[in-house]
Amino acid sequence: MRYEAPTTLDDAVGLLAAEQGVAKVLAGGTDLLVAIRSGRLEPDLVVDLKRIEEMTTVTPEDGGFRVGAAVPSVRLGQHEGLVAMWPGVVEAAGLIGSTQVQSRATLAGNLCNASPAADSVPAMVAAGAKASIVGPNGRRDVPVEDVPAGPGKLSLEKGEIVASILLPGKPERTGDAYLRFIPRTEMDIAVVGVGAVVTLGTDGTIEAARIVLGAVGPRVVVADKAAQALVGTKGDKAAMEALSQAVSAACTPIDDKRGTREYRIQVAGTLAKRTVAIALERAKG
Amino acid sequence: MTKTHVTTTINGDTVEYLCDPQETLLDVLRDRLGMTGSKEGCGTGDCGACTVTVDGEIVCSCLMLGAEAEGRTIGTIEGMAEGEMLHPLQRKFLDHAALQCGICTPGILVAARTLLERNPEPSETEVRYWLAGNLCRCTGYDKIVRAVMDAAEEMRGRNHAA
Amino acid sequence: MPLETDFPQGYEKRDFRVVGKRPVRPDGIDKVTGRARFGADTVAPGMLHGAILRSPHAHARIKSIDTAKAEALEGVKAVVTRDDFPIHDAVKEDRGLLDILVNCMAREKALYDGHAVAAVAATDKITARKALKLIEVEYEVLGHVIDEDLAMAPDAPILHDDLGYDYGKGKPSNVAGRTEIGHGDVDAGFAAADRVVERSFKTGAAHQGYIEPHACLANIGADGRGELWCCTQGHFMVRDTVTQLLGMDVSNLRVTASEIGGGFGGKTAVFIEPVAVALSRKAGKPVKIVMDRHEVFRATGPTASASLWVKVGAKADGTITAADALLKYQGGAFQGSPVDMGAMAAFACYNLENVRAVGYDIVTNRPKQAAYRAPGAPMAAFAVESVMTELADALGIDPIDFRLKNAARDHSKSSYGPTYNEIGLVETLEAAKATEHYNSPLGPNQGRGVACGFWFNFGGQTAVTLNVNLDGTAALSVGTPDIGGSRASMCAMAAEELGIDYDDIYAIIGDTASLGYNDVTDGSRATFASGLATIQAARQVKERMCARAARIWGIPEDAVKWEGGAAVPSGPNAGDHAPLSFRDIAKMAGETGGPIAGHHEISAEGAGPSFATHIVDAEIDRETGRIDVKRYTVVQDAGKAVHPAYVEGQFQGGAVQGIGWALNEEYIYSDKGVLENAGFLDYRVPVASDLPMIETVIVEKPNPGHPYGVRGVGETSIVPPMGAIANAVSAAAKVRATEIPMSPPRMLKLLRENESAAKAAE
Ligand SMILES: Cc1cc2nc3c(=O)[nH]c(=O)nc-3n(C[C@H](O)[C@H](O)[C@H](O)COP(=O)(O)OP(=O)(O)OC[C@H]3O[C@@H](n4cnc5c(N)ncnc54)[C@H](O)[C@@H]3O)c2cc1C
Ligand code: FES
Ligand code: FES
Repeated sequence: MRYEAPTTLDDAVGLLAAEQGVAKVLAGGTDLLVAIRSGRLEPDLVVDLKRIEEMTTVTPEDGGFRVGAAVPSVRLGQHEGLVAMWPGVVEAAGLIGSTQVQSRATLAGNLCNASPAADSVPAMVAAGAKASIVGPNGRRDVPVEDVPAGPGKLSLEKGEIVASILLPGKPERTGDAYLRFIPRTEMDIAVVGVGAVVTLGTDGTIEAARIVLGAVGPRVVVADKAAQALVGTKGDKAAMEALSQAVSAACTPIDDKRGTREYRIQVAGTLAKRTVAIALERAKG
Repeated sequence: MTKTHVTTTINGDTVEYLCDPQETLLDVLRDRLGMTGSKEGCGTGDCGACTVTVDGEIVCSCLMLGAEAEGRTIGTIEGMAEGEMLHPLQRKFLDHAALQCGICTPGILVAARTLLERNPEPSETEVRYWLAGNLCRCTGYDKIVRAVMDAAEEMRGRNHAA
Repeated sequence: MPLETDFPQGYEKRDFRVVGKRPVRPDGIDKVTGRARFGADTVAPGMLHGAILRSPHAHARIKSIDTAKAEALEGVKAVVTRDDFPIHDAVKEDRGLLDILVNCMAREKALYDGHAVAAVAATDKITARKALKLIEVEYEVLGHVIDEDLAMAPDAPILHDDLGYDYGKGKPSNVAGRTEIGHGDVDAGFAAADRVVERSFKTGAAHQGYIEPHACLANIGADGRGELWCCTQGHFMVRDTVTQLLGMDVSNLRVTASEIGGGFGGKTAVFIEPVAVALSRKAGKPVKIVMDRHEVFRATGPTASASLWVKVGAKADGTITAADALLKYQGGAFQGSPVDMGAMAAFACYNLENVRAVGYDIVTNRPKQAAYRAPGAPMAAFAVESVMTELADALGIDPIDFRLKNAARDHSKSSYGPTYNEIGLVETLEAAKATEHYNSPLGPNQGRGVACGFWFNFGGQTAVTLNVNLDGTAALSVGTPDIGGSRASMCAMAAEELGIDYDDIYAIIGDTASLGYNDVTDGSRATFASGLATIQAARQVKERMCARAARIWGIPEDAVKWEGGAAVPSGPNAGDHAPLSFRDIAKMAGETGGPIAGHHEISAEGAGPSFATHIVDAEIDRETGRIDVKRYTVVQDAGKAVHPAYVEGQFQGGAVQGIGWALNEEYIYSDKGVLENAGFLDYRVPVASDLPMIETVIVEKPNPGHPYGVRGVGETSIVPPMGAIANAVSAAAKVRATEIPMSPPRMLKLLRENESAAKAAE
C-alpha cells in the first residue's frame, strides 16, 4: 500500500485515476482504517485529502454553506452560521461515533462509505444538499442521495472524488432535525434514523416537508407519502399519526444484529413523529 | 516495502520515524517509538484506550495512519505530567481511586484534559458524553466522573487565584 | 467446594490505624503516567510476532492443513498446527487438560467460529497476517448448534462422540453433566403453599469485556527452558498448564504476570500462551502474541448462556414453603459450564426447609466459556429474584420485607449444604430499606426493583514473602495478580500489622520462580487470602524482630513483645531497655543474624460469603422499548473494608457489568453459527453516558474467618443486577420481563404482545 497526501485536488484526481490497483480516498479514515484493519479492504493506494487547502474549509455560498470534503464533524459544531441554519445536519454529524471519532469523521466520508445507517446522510438529503464531484472529466453536482448506489457501493467513476458538499440556503420559516434510535446513548450505529425538514406558511400550516429515513433499506428512503401527510396540516395529532404510518409503510428493512425488521418499522414511525416535532419548533423560530 | 518518512512533534519534541504506510499512529507510538502508554483495546475506534491529541483535538490513534502525523503536533499520556509534577487530573484519579486495572486510564486522562481545556466547568452529563468513547469495564465510571469534576473544580480555583 | 470450617486465624475486634483508610495505591503513579507495563507493553531482542488462524465455521471436520506456502513466505520463522501439540501423558489422563489443549489448537474438528487452527511467527505483524492467508485448510462443514435448549434436543448435532452424562448408556449427547442440590421435600412444600409462582427465563452469553486483549511474550531457549510474560489472573496456573500441555518440566518455565488490564474471571484460563511457547520453541526466538478485539470475542471465554425455570411457593404471611429450580447452562464447546455453582447459589440467600436446584451442563458450538465474576450465579439469581418479587407482589408484601422474612441468617443451613457462619444478608436488606433511594418517589414510566445476591468467596493456595530492608521499609511479594487495587490493600494490612507507615511498604507480584504456588486470583480471594497470608507473614516478621531485640538486649525471647511498631521489653525479668523500632532493628539486621523476612504459605479457608441487596429505578420508553437506568444503589457486606474506595469500586464495577448484561450485551450468531457482533461497537457494553452515579452502602459484618474480618467483595456485586433491573423494568412495563438482555426490540415486542393480550381480554 502506498500513501499519498497531495496538496491540490487535481493531483489527487490524477493519482486516483492513474492507479492500476485498488485506490481509496482517505478523509477522516474512521471507516477506511477499520476496513483495512479487518482485512476487508487491501488498497494499493490511499490518497489523503486533508492537505488540500480548499477541502478543509466551510465557505458561504448562495445563502448556504459549502463544506469541504476534509472538514471533520467537530468543526461543523463550532461553525455558528451552520449551526444556526441547519442544526439538524450539524446534530446528525455530531452523533457520529465518539468525540474522538468526530475529530476526524467527515460528511463526505459518511456519505461515501455508503452505509444505509450513516447518520448525516438522511439529514443532508432532507436539507437538499448537493455533492460536488470532481474527476478526470471535470466537475458535476449531484443530489447527495445519488452518490451511494447501494450498501458499500458508489455511483462515482474511477478517479472521482466528492470535493465538497453544498448545504443550500434555508427557506424562511423552515426547520430541520435529525434523530436516530440506538440502544445505548452513544457509540452505536443507528437502528433507524430520521431526517426531517418542514417549511411553514405564514399561518403556521406546513407548506412543504421532506422526510428521509436511514437504516430501513439498502439506501436512504425519501418518504414522499410521509411528507405529504404533513403538508396542509399544522402537525396536529392526526397528521402525526398519518406521518407515522406512512413512514412505517415506506420502510423495507432487514433483520440484523442491530435490530429486527419488525422493530425497525415500528420505531421508524415513532421516531418520525419526534423528529418532525423538533423541526416544527425550529421552523416556528 | 517502501517506508514513509515522517517528521512530527510529540509531547513537544521533534520526532522522526520511518513507518509502513498501513501502520497506524498507535502502532508507531507503541512499536517504533516505545511509547506504550497509549493502549490498544480494540484497534477500531470503539474503546478510546489509544486516545491522543492531534493539533489539540482528541483522536483515536488506532484510526489514524502514522504517515498522517507529518507536521502535526501530537500529545500522549507520556506528556501529561511535567517532570514529577502530576497534572491535577492525574492526582485526582489517584485520590478518587478512579482506576482499577488502569488500562483505560491513559486514554481517559488525555480525553478529559482536552475537555477541561475547553470547558472548565462541565456538568456531570457533559463529562459523561465527552467520555462516551472511552470504555472502562472496571469502575462503572462513577469515580472517573467524580475525579474529572473534582479536578475541574481545583483547576478553576487555581486559575481564579492566579 | 467452599466450606465453612474453623481455623486458627479467627477474627479479633480491634481499632485500625491504616486499614479502612483510603491511601493512594502503590502502582498508581505508573498507571496515570503510562509507565505501567501491561501484557502487550513489552519486547524482547529478536522478537517475532505471532498470529493465529481461526476457523470461519461453527462446526467442521478439518480434513487437511497445508502450511507450505506460509512457511515459504519471507520473514516467516515458524508455523504450528495440531501436529505440534501431541497429547502428552499428563494430558491423556486429564479430560480438563485435554479440553484446554484442544481449545488452544483444534484437532479433528473446529468446534466454534474462531477456534484456533494454526499459528505463525514472523518478523513483523504484517508478514504474520499475510502468512495466515497462505495457510490452506480444507473443512467439511458439519451441522451446528448454538442454543442450550436446542442442543438438548434428540436430533441435535453432537459435538463430542465421547461425551454425555448418559454416555455410559451408550449414546453420546451434548449434555455433559447433571448436578443437584437441596434438602427437604419440595413437593410437600408446594402442597403447603397458599401461592405458587413459576416461570421460565433465558439469559444471553455475556463477555467479561476487559479492555486489555490477551497478550503474551514467550522466550524459550534451545535447552527447553524459558520465560513467559503474560497478562493473567494466575501466572502459576499458566505455568502449570502450559508445561503440562507441552510436556515440559514445570521448573523449566518461569512466568511473570504483567499488569493486567481487567480479567473478571476471563483471564483465569490459557488461550494463546501455549501457542506462543510452542512457536518460540520451534523458531528458537522470542514470540509475542497479542489478540485483537475480534479474537477476544470469538475465541476467549464469554460466560454461559442459560435457560432457567424457577418455582417458589409461600404461605399468605410470606413464609416460603418450597423452592425449586431447573438450570440449563451451555458453556461452549467443552464441558464445564458453571451450572454447579449456579445451582448452589440459586437459593443461597434464603433460609428454606424444602429446596432443590437441578442443573445441566451443555455443550454447544460456541467458544469455551470462562469464569465471569461470580460464575454461574447471576443467571440463577436473575430467575430466582424475579420469581421472589413476583411472589411478594402477589401476596401484597413489600419485596424487601418478603426477603427479610425468608433471608438466610447467622448459622442457618444454606440451600447448598453447609451451615453458614455469621453472614450479613439481613443487614444489607435492612440498610437497603432505610436508604433514601428506597423511600423516594418514582417518575412516570418508572419502576423500582430490588434483588439480593450471594457469592461463596474462596481462599485457596497462597504464598507471600515479606522482606525487611535496611532502611526500615519492606518489600512485599504476593502471588495473586492485582486486578483492581489489591496491592494497596496488602500494603495496608502489612503496615497495620507491623505498625509502620503504609508508604514504607512496596508490594509487587512475584514471578513463579520466586514464590510458592498461588491459585489464580478469582473467587474474590486476593484481599482475603493474600491478605491473610500477608498478615501472617508480617506477624512472623514481628516475631523475628522481637528475637533480634532479645539478642541485642541479651534477654530471653519471650521477654520481648511488639507494641506500637517497636520491640519492647515485657514481663518482670525483661529489664529496662529503650524500645527498638522496626527501623532500628532493620538497620542492625546484618549484625544481628542476617536478613529478616516473613513468609506464609497456606491453603486459606473461611473466606466467608458476601451478600448484597441492590435497588434500581428504571424507566421504559413505551414507544421504543428502550430502558434507562435512572438510579442505582448497591448495599453489600464487605466484612471489613480494607480500602473502602476500592471496595466501592468493586461494588460499582460489578453493578455496571450487571447492567450491561441485563440491558444490551449478548453474543449474536448468524444462522451459520458465526458470531456477528465480535466488536465493542455492536457488543454494547455500557458507556459513561448510559449510567447514573452508582450509590454504595458498605455494610461491615466481620468475617469470623479473618483476623480483620475481611470478606471477598469482588463478585457478589454482579449477582443481583439482572434480577433487580428485571424487577424494576417489569414494574415500569407492567409485564414480566423474562429474557436477558432486555434489549429494546425484545422489550417493545413484549409491550405490544401484552397490549394485544389486554385488548383481547376486554
Ligand atoms: C467507533 C466508530 C463509531 C462510529 N459511529 C458512527 C455513527 O454513529 N454514525 C455514523 O454514521 N457513522 C459512524 N461511524 C462511521 C464513520 O465514522 C463515519 O461514516 C464517518 O463519517 C466517515 O468519515 P471519514 O471522513 O472518516 O471517512 P473515511 O474513512 O475517510 O472514508 C470512508 C469511505 O469513503 C471514501 N471517501 C471518503 N471521502 C471521500 C470523498 N471525498 N470522495 C470519495 N470517496 C470518499 C473512502 O475511500 C472510504 O471508502 C463510526 C465509526 C467508528 C470507528
Ligand atoms: S484502540 Fe483505538 S479506540 Fe480502541
Ligand atoms: S480501570 Fe480497568 S478498564 Fe478502566
